Amino acid sequence: MQSELKIKEKEIAVPGEVLATGLEFIPGAGVYRDNEFVRAGRMGLVSIEGKVIKLTQLNGQYIPKMNDKIIARVIDVLMTGWRFSFDSPYSAVLQLKDASSDFIGRGADLTQYYNIGDYVFCKITNITSQKLIDITMRGPGLRKLQGGRIVEVNAFKIPRIIGKDGSMVGMIKQATGANIVVGQNGSVWIDGSPDMELIAIDAIRMIEAQAHLSGLTDRIKAFLKEKTGKDVHPVAAPESEERDERSDSDGGERRDDRGERRDFRPRRDFNSGREQRFRGRR
Amino acid sequence: MKSSKSYKERFDKRGWEECRPMTAKVGIIPEADGSAMFQVGNTKALAAVYGPRDLHPKFMQNPKTGILRVNYNMMPFSGHGERVRPGGSRRSKELGLVIENSLMPVLNLKEYPNSVVDVFIELPQTDAGTRCAGIVAASMALAHAGLEMTDMVAAVAVGKVGGQLVVDLTYDEEAYDGEGGATDLPVAVLPNSGKVTLLQMDGGVSREDLKEAVEMAKRASMQIYDLQKKALKESFTEVQK
Amino acid sequence: MNKEHLLSYLEKGIRYDGRKLNEYRDIKIEYDVSKSAEGSAQVSFGSTIMIAGVKMAVQKPYEDMPDAGTLMVNAELLPLSSPEFETGPPGIYAVELARVVDRGIRESHAIDTHKLCIEAGESVWSVSIDVCSINAHGGLIDASSLAALAALKDARMPAYKDKVVDYGNKTDQSVPMEKEPIAVTVFKIDKYLIVDPIPEEEKFADARLTITVTKDNVICSLQKGGAVALTVDEIDSMVALAIEKAPELRSKL
Repeated sequence: MQSELKIKEKEIAVPGEVLATGLEFIPGAGVYRDNEFVRAGRMGLVSIEGKVIKLTQLNGQYIPKMNDKIIARVIDVLMTGWRFSFDSPYSAVLQLKDASSDFIGRGADLTQYYNIGDYVFCKITNITSQKLIDITMRGPGLRKLQGGRIVEVNAFKIPRIIGKDGSMVGMIKQATGANIVVGQNGSVWIDGSPDMELIAIDAIRMIEAQAHLSGLTDRIKAFLKEKTGKDVHPVAAPESEERDERSDSDGGERRDDRGERRDFRPRRDFNSGREQRFRGRR
Repeated sequence: MKSSKSYKERFDKRGWEECRPMTAKVGIIPEADGSAMFQVGNTKALAAVYGPRDLHPKFMQNPKTGILRVNYNMMPFSGHGERVRPGGSRRSKELGLVIENSLMPVLNLKEYPNSVVDVFIELPQTDAGTRCAGIVAASMALAHAGLEMTDMVAAVAVGKVGGQLVVDLTYDEEAYDGEGGATDLPVAVLPNSGKVTLLQMDGGVSREDLKEAVEMAKRASMQIYDLQKKALKESFTEVQK
Repeated sequence: MNKEHLLSYLEKGIRYDGRKLNEYRDIKIEYDVSKSAEGSAQVSFGSTIMIAGVKMAVQKPYEDMPDAGTLMVNAELLPLSSPEFETGPPGIYAVELARVVDRGIRESHAIDTHKLCIEAGESVWSVSIDVCSINAHGGLIDASSLAALAALKDARMPAYKDKVVDYGNKTDQSVPMEKEPIAVTVFKIDKYLIVDPIPEEEKFADARLTITVTKDNVICSLQKGGAVALTVDEIDSMVALAIEKAPELRSKL
């Protein structure tokens, strides 16, 4: 059968739909081969890279991934740690050693650190095949979240809400003056004055609804200007915690404003044994 | 020699293979992970998907894969005559199971050990073909919930009324008491492979009739699939609010 | 995330979704949403959607009221409508919801049950109202009560011939309604009173009071919920707010 693409970039595909015919095209994530047909293996947004066709998930439960930074809530205090929930079928465990840069001895009152109902911004450090998840509170930006409010958004829209190098959420922060922490699991924490928080939430909901449309950045800029009177610009926020560190989409390469290549290389900090990601000029 | 058929014209004047007017809409229940509505004639089904989520009681958990659990229910005011006492019945339990089996072949829940994907089907209004309408709505809701699915599932009840094979029976056709009676065959089909995932029957048909009936169901399913596709695609290209 | 944060909004006279303290979300009513029912309606308060259906039958009257028809209200908080609800028989909140809606209709004599009598002591019409949640996002009591009322208004009695109800044949006779009782549930959070809370607000409520009011401002039923006590002044303020808001809801019918 003739190799032919049956669908275009950014189209929505439905389970079972033929995306291509022939043997030339290669099924990527969310796509499968059925003899001479390449078919959609879920509902998703088509993305074509060379001969590889993949589908980006648009909706559904957040899928926990290594190194994701998420917002989670304490549901249980254990003997040697805490259990957290983050709107997933699976819970996460924080061990004593990962809880704080302070040394926590045996027999300490763990509720002094994290108590039931507390919200934290933490990082996933391990996921087993049985979906046992470990998290850490040690790392830049990771902390307990006090006050504020949390809104739940579609986890698959989070990259758009963060924007390139945190630029989209950066605009919202600039305009509203609110503190905003974005969890990869779809939870967004906002802390500011009530009317500014409402504007931030409206902006976030707009991004959620229009994530797949172009010209969104300009529309958000205009919206923020109208509501707050402030002119904002999408600016990369280099060391901010909202930076989307996951490198699967672009192989770890980023282009900065001058178009020069920078890449992420893990570099060991030998003093503390912690791994940190730095931008290094090639 | 073919016996003459007593059912000469359909009560609502449709063609033998013509389905009743259908509508579908996705995303009608924001609280759910995925949701959809499907209406065919006067039968209306709502479906909501919650999951994958934590499964209790623990003994039901499967460490190798997530499980699918379908709950089918008719609202008390949805029946043809008197009020239907809420709380389900043996019929609704059976329907939950056959619907579950009709959807499982396209799903892959291996990435979600120990969890459950709950599908709730509710019918506010019925006029036969309820389990089929439920399946059509449920499969849209599952796709909307972003689950891995190799195909959609479409379903329609075909049957033999007064000796005539027809597609998409109404309540009156199911209850036909003229010569030849009525046979009701709910069929669920995977549109892209043509495989059958639900097959039930009440009545009496020959082997040839059965084959023909299933082929008719497959043809009708393609129309339903078109509607499902359209509803799913529209739900994402529509800018909400 | 905590009560103090919500209070910082209420202090400024705004809600978690930008509404005023005494403001309902956008209310929509759609009639005849279930052709199987004798009467039905779907009511939405923002994203909360409740559906109510009326079914009628003929049966023997109660012995102590031989010339009156009967009324029954049932509510189902369907697992379809929220991750919080489970399958199984109605839980305690569904039962409370049903009984609150029931009392509102019954105690106000919204339906003239004597007009439902066919033959005294022998046969009367029974009216069953079932309210089901489709999408549960707060404000369930008020939305359910409005849906039940709207379904009653929509209802037409089926034909009754030779002691058999002909469900396929609807007459154009309405259910004999005398009153339009409207339920307004006022929630108290610290010293603030709000109506129609979304779940993020409702979880911080100290107490609630459901006040069902007829057009002539007669309070026909009350239900206090929540574990915190109310002062008499607070109750009076809540009743005043209900009397103020009821006409707005009634106008949607």
